[in-house]
Amino acid sequence: MSTATTAPAAKPAEGLFSKKNRKLITDPLNDNNPITVQVLGICSALAITVKVQNAVVMALSVLAVVVVGNMVISALRNLIPGRIRIIAQLVIAAGLVTLVDIVLKAYVYDVSKQVGVYVGLIITNCILMGRYEAFAMGNKVWPSALDGLGNSLGYAWILVVVGIVRELTGSGSVMGLRIIPESWYATEGGFYFNNNMMILPPMALIIVGIIIWIQRSRNTKLIEQA
Amino acid sequence: MAFDKNSNQFTFIFAIILVVVVGTLLAVTYLGLKPEHDENVRREKMQNILASLKVEVERDAAPAKYDEMIKETLVVDGSGKVVEGDAFELDVLKQYKDWKAGMVKENELKYPVYKANKDGKTLYVLPLVGTGLWGPIWGYVSLVDDGRTIYGSTFDHKGETPGLGAEIALPVFEEPFEGKTITDESGAFKGITVYKGGSQTTDPHGVDGISGGTITSQGVDEMLKRLLAVYDQYLKTQVAALAAPATPVTLGADSLRTDSILVDTTQTASLITP
Repeated sequence: MSTATTAPAAKPAEGLFSKKNRKLITDPLNDNNPITVQVLGICSALAITVKVQNAVVMALSVLAVVVVGNMVISALRNLIPGRIRIIAQLVIAAGLVTLVDIVLKAYVYDVSKQVGVYVGLIITNCILMGRYEAFAMGNKVWPSALDGLGNSLGYAWILVVVGIVRELTGSGSVMGLRIIPESWYATEGGFYFNNNMMILPPMALIIVGIIIWIQRSRNTKLIEQA
Repeated sequence: MAFDKNSNQFTFIFAIILVVVVGTLLAVTYLGLKPEHDENVRREKMQNILASLKVEVERDAAPAKYDEMIKETLVVDGSGKVVEGDAFELDVLKQYKDWKAGMVKENELKYPVYKANKDGKTLYVLPLVGTGLWGPIWGYVSLVDDGRTIYGSTFDHKGETPGLGAEIALPVFEEPFEGKTITDESGAFKGITVYKGGSQTTDPHGVDGISGGTITSQGVDEMLKRLLAVYDQYLKTQVAALAAPATPVTLGADSLRTDSILVDTTQTASLITP
């Protein structure tokens, strides 16, 4: 890591939102999505997508940690010794996650209660380490921030979509708002049952699988050559 | 190049500085935000107590409403006798954990009681604490002044499964408690049984559990039976005190009745004498 071998030689006069920088945000939304293409951060996608609100809070927390972490690591990239770089990244990630947890508890106590233990588990989210190691260690601060933003948004939209599907079919509501009328339910004399299977974690994996399927059928360059 | 960033020396220095900086940052933030956090916890506790009395308030309005509604707090021991102690400051969750860990003996356990006044009626708010699937669960039930009928309840948890065990904190689980009794007609203690989810029970001493949240439901069942049994002993003494006309502490309808009996006797006496 003595010379920036992995870093692309950025032109000094490059604009803040040049085509290349814009691509850092748009790429992870589809072509290089952290969940559906890189297959990172799956565990949290299974755990907290029973309700859309949890998914949103989780996505925002990850966004904060990835963006800030990317910037910090990018700023320190020429100082972090190669042999302990993973541990250094982990310390920064863990520090930021704990910070987010403390701040949530003090200022948005209700939200912090909803996401509960899962905030702490952001530390184990592979997207963090993936972006820190693969991007922030070899790029300048600004592109790193954009990369963090792009990847966490790519993570966020999958989480929200899975959350909407699971909350709608499993509880009949979205963001806590009732979509399926109470009167349709069999207990109220109707015909409808909530699909209890949808609130179990394995269904999130199946929904993610379906999203990958749809994505690949539309975006043929993602299909691996046999 | 002034230094070699991959030298052992720099690696050590970097690691130490990084850990110290991150550690200090966290410690400072934590201590700086602790008052806010503690206040949130305190207000939430008041909110929960009020929720069991079917009073919904915003967190910021909780302290004022709490002071207005809660008339008396006291602490009882395992046999229902009133002992010294500050009910609100008593951390039942910590006490429960210490007891489970063997650090506190069962006969040293203390149980807080909150006496509330709502629409001129006395209500008893009883804190509960137990273990769910992933961690602690807790709640408050309020009983009307007959000492056996549940007026309202609220439950909460640290980290039960969202959509499954976590449903104990929702009205769909809490509302059926209303009107259930913890003793039968003869006064024998029954507690509240949490049945398997979907049982549609009609038991006057039982409610429906959460489908798919079996372990959490069992935890609620256990904490209800264990703690209500203790509180039942205290409540029986209270009800007995209410029934006995001589006690000067009793207020309201009962003191009125004592007076009217007295008036009656004097009248009868005066009617007889002439």
